Amino acid sequence: MKRNVPLMIAMLGGLIMMIQYFIPHQASQDVFDYYTEWAPLVGSFALILGVGSITRVHVHKIRAKAPNWPFSLAVLIPLYLIPLFAFFLPASIGGGTENPSLFDFMYSRVQIPIQATMFSMLAFYIASAAFRAFRAKSALATVLLVTAVIVMLAQVPIGDLLGRWLPDTGLWILRFPNLAAKRAIELGVGFGMLATCLKIIFGVERGWLGGAGE
Amino acid sequence: MLKHLELLLLVAALPFGTATAQTASPGDPGEAAAAVTVDSLAAIPTVEPEVAAPPEVGPATVLTIQDFPNDAGDHLILSFCESPNPECVLAYLVMRRTPGAPDSLGGQWAVVKNVPSGDPTEIVDGYDPDFLVEPGTQYEYRVDVLTLDGRQIEGPAVTPNFSPKGEIFHTEKLKVLIGCIIFIGLIFLYFKRAQMGHELYLRPIPGIDAIDEAIGRATEMGKPILYVPGLSSIEDVATIASLTILNRVAKKVAEYQTPLRVPNRDPIVYTVAEETVKQAYMEAGRPDSYEANSVFFVTDSQFAYVAAVNGLMTREKPATNFYLGMFWAESLLLAETGSLSGAIQIAGTDAITQLPFFITTCDYTLIGEELYAASAYLGREPKQVGGVKGQDACKGIVMALVTIGIVLSIVDIFTGGAADPSKSLLLKLQGLVDVTSLE
Repeated sequence: MKRNVPLMIAMLGGLIMMIQYFIPHQASQDVFDYYTEWAPLVGSFALILGVGSITRVHVHKIRAKAPNWPFSLAVLIPLYLIPLFAFFLPASIGGGTENPSLFDFMYSRVQIPIQATMFSMLAFYIASAAFRAFRAKSALATVLLVTAVIVMLAQVPIGDLLGRWLPDTGLWILRFPNLAAKRAIELGVGFGMLATCLKIIFGVERGWLGGAGE
Repeated sequence: MLKHLELLLLVAALPFGTATAQTASPGDPGEAAAAVTVDSLAAIPTVEPEVAAPPEVGPATVLTIQDFPNDAGDHLILSFCESPNPECVLAYLVMRRTPGAPDSLGGQWAVVKNVPSGDPTEIVDGYDPDFLVEPGTQYEYRVDVLTLDGRQIEGPAVTPNFSPKGEIFHTEKLKVLIGCIIFIGLIFLYFKRAQMGHELYLRPIPGIDAIDEAIGRATEMGKPILYVPGLSSIEDVATIASLTILNRVAKKVAEYQTPLRVPNRDPIVYTVAEETVKQAYMEAGRPDSYEANSVFFVTDSQFAYVAAVNGLMTREKPATNFYLGMFWAESLLLAETGSLSGAIQIAGTDAITQLPFFITTCDYTLIGEELYAASAYLGREPKQVGGVKGQDACKGIVMALVTIGIVLSIVDIFTGGAADPSKSLLLKLQGLVDVTSLE
């Protein structure tokens, strides 16, 4: 029962979605809309479990005085304090709309800049990854290095100055070998997705069931 | 005294101008002078500006109204005949109403489309969210002409003898349906062959073969294994594929008694991952070794998640990192940190844009479909292997079509089809298999 009911729900849901794709009728569209409306609902309830998980992990670390346990406090305090700001101090402290509320302040002046900082670090990571990737240790790595140099120079004005052949070659690489490889991967991904979906719908793949899988 | 009174009256009457002066007594000399001035003004002939009569502009008429094919009954195609005097027309206003309905429910005429003069005269009604077409509702249309001089000339109203209806089958998706039937048929054929005991060969994938080695390395070093199931939600097939691999990895991890860390970004993925790992420990006969905090939710914020996982890698220094699932900009941030921490890294994703980052920073990368096949490789169950072979058969069909396309394009060069599309064999083949016009 624990295994068959989820399998039947998955099969029924999968088949309904598959069939509705071919039926443009309003009733079919309504089923699709109704079905997809459930996803955010389930997600919002699962968020409670998620918050429970993060709390449990960090409370355990604090209690056990695990290494770096003060960082757990740095997670738990804002986790509960910021929603309290949103619920109990929704308006600006100074009044009016010019001064943001405490919640807005924490979000726009703390969280967003921190996230932007994380994202901007990507530039440095790209540089170090590129350095490692472009070391011409083998014939294939040399091909990669030469190709990357041509494509990069083709994108900037200096490439055009060095010679018209450079942007043309860069464009050719992007249009033909690169696009062919991308399409081949996309094709494989498409078939892989379809096969995985079929395996789930017909109960061949049960790993997603977690504890009810076997 | 009387003379003074007359003077006073004259002063008082002055502001009233000539109109008052005309009524004055003719015996007064001053008033007489004023009357002369008025007479001379009246003698100037008045030049009336010549206003040309507005040109005659004929109305536009509705030609046809048709139900839009392959829709939910929420679109209509209308074509109209332009005014016979297009040079005087600024635009055509397609008006619609629902006969018999109250004004608030579309009973009065409303402009559903403004078609500038010279634009195509066939329109599809129903795209404007303010004027949706309801299936089963009878509408009345007319096309008004908006002239260059600002007049609106009404056209005759036309009521079609049908109401829009949704179709039961999308005829343009027939090719997709045939493709699906072939694909499903091949998958089931190989399921059956695998079940019957046929030996099905799967080419070795180094990334999958390295999983055992990577887990063994972590066990030897006494360090944890980090498994990142991607940052997407459970609706993503890549996430589901990742969770099935997690099941196999967790089973091996449980056998080797190695610590496992599975940070999650999506709360639903977290609950499924937790159950998957728990079950894997039970299957391995080590339920007591399962750590309740090994699978945990971090945050649904992308870069906060990256910060947390990078922190975990820096502090705990896992010996093996798995990144399997869907990734975006965080892929390089995670993999480069893992690489710097000295871990052996196995990644797999179907995100083409992130593959180069994983290839440069990880020891092994499962490219695209290999992620979906990994579960079959690890489990080796007949049906799973049959599924992979079915996929390969479908790819074989596509490769055959591509080869035929190449041959036909060469033939077109010699037969003149390359220059004349009507003779092109390649375009004929494309017409048979192309579904790119679909949503």
